[in-house]
Amino acid sequence: MTLADVIGELRSGMTIGIGGWGSRRKPMALVRALAASSLTGLTIVSYGGPDVGLLIAAGKVRRVVTGFVSLDSIPLEPHFRQARQRGAVELTELDEGMLHWGLLAAAHRLPFLPMRAGLGSDVMRVNLHLRTVRSPYADGEEFVAVPALALDAAFVHMNRADARGNGQYLGPDPYFDDLYCLAAKRAYLSCERIVPTSELTAAGPVQSLLINRAMVAGVVETPSGAHFTSCVPDYDRDESFQALYARSAGSPEAWEEFSAEFLSGGEDGYQAAVARFRSGAADPAGAAGTRA
Amino acid sequence: MTGSEPTLAEICVVACAEAWRGDGALVASPMGLIPTLGARLAQLTFEPDLLLTDGEATLLAPSDGSGGELAGTERETEGWLPFREVFTMLAAGRRHVMMGASQLDQFGNQNISCIGDWVRPKAQLLGVRGAPGNTMNHPVSYWLPKHTRRVLVDRVDMVSGVGYDRAAGLGGRAARFHELRRVVTNLAVLDFAGPDHSMRLRSVHPGVSVSDVAEATGFLLAAPYQVPQTRLPTVAELALIRDHLDPQSRRDQELA
Repeated sequence: MTLADVIGELRSGMTIGIGGWGSRRKPMALVRALAASSLTGLTIVSYGGPDVGLLIAAGKVRRVVTGFVSLDSIPLEPHFRQARQRGAVELTELDEGMLHWGLLAAAHRLPFLPMRAGLGSDVMRVNLHLRTVRSPYADGEEFVAVPALALDAAFVHMNRADARGNGQYLGPDPYFDDLYCLAAKRAYLSCERIVPTSELTAAGPVQSLLINRAMVAGVVETPSGAHFTSCVPDYDRDESFQALYARSAGSPEAWEEFSAEFLSGGEDGYQAAVARFRSGAADPAGAAGTRA
Repeated sequence: MTGSEPTLAEICVVACAEAWRGDGALVASPMGLIPTLGARLAQLTFEPDLLLTDGEATLLAPSDGSGGELAGTERETEGWLPFREVFTMLAAGRRHVMMGASQLDQFGNQNISCIGDWVRPKAQLLGVRGAPGNTMNHPVSYWLPKHTRRVLVDRVDMVSGVGYDRAAGLGGRAARFHELRRVVTNLAVLDFAGPDHSMRLRSVHPGVSVSDVAEATGFLLAAPYQVPQTRLPTVAELALIRDHLDPQSRRDQELA
């Protein structure tokens, strides 16, 4: 598939889950394509990073379901922060483990899963839809009934995949990408490189094949498609670019400039602009210092 | 530098390390540099069974020297702990985390989510992250590099980590794994051994008086009749911190 093919299968108002964690292995090429689309009113389920920020900045998001939105090396995501402080985005704020449990419940086609996380905290106060459930066994203990987080669509990014949709992560952490896929009606996998199936097990142990083709509806090859988040071992987070992204959120003018430079020319235009930024960033007198 | 008087940062590193004393083979999850140095110091000295990650998904242990290195000076991979396994270890109670707090109240209710009304906050902060689940499942301690009335407050805006009063309010068995262990600040070490598990002054750092701490605290703090001074680093601990764990003295920046 192409990025445009994937976006063409989505509708306004959908609930979309995005894999990765914070500013790590995010399917940013798919996110950028979504940000450039005409879709609106989305609910985004994510261990949030710049995916959430970019979609908010593009005016795509009605509600965020998350436990945090962070750029990791920059603790607070600036677009999310501003949108919350303006009251411009709705939030379902969950404990990180509750988000995991909600995805697992959806993947297992259960209405909820019981959990201790949330009890006694203000997560129960600010989420009026949350209920508790009592154990039917002798212990009689009460738990939060974490509701299933059923997704219309999911985006995940892998280091490698084959054309059939078997996906492989080569970094240290699978995050929850398999659960996002199984919690979704349709899951879309982007990857650094599509390779022949036989090359997958040559690149890493069989346990690194996190995603199988029963989990996904389509595969897109997007080299550097997680940029500027990390996609180790293919590349680390682009810290200087992330810093530029964060600074650009500081004013509407700076964001307009950032968008014109990086977000107006499709994925190819983005990667070309990043290459220009990188060559400028390597030169202390270059554009990197002045652009923000 | 070895041999000179311990700095405040070094005293705080040791006070953080002490929070994990007696934990044995638990995953220590320190948030922030000084707690990280503390956990590593504990692992290298009095709590060798602690498990520690590299901040990502790899568990690192001090080398046992079998690879030819000097024992303790290098670290070697001993396991894998991706986020999904962190959540499992958390729920199994095999973890002791030291978190930060934007606000912390008398009974240990912690806020890292936002300041002001949650519906439209004055300042959006991190979000609750894992604090609700951490506090209901395993021991939790806190590190506060700035002990002020803005942080140690009468009432927090968004309860992320659960305090003793709320845990007790759940009744029954719900809170049986709830335990707030220690609060380490730039002024003092505190615990929850006050009346009804309220915060109690445990020790003051050198040069800090009990009234300094009371003045910087936004609620009435329990205290024993005589408040001891926080334990100073030993010569061996100072050498480990200065020469091995943090030779570039990044620890001082966290208190700047």
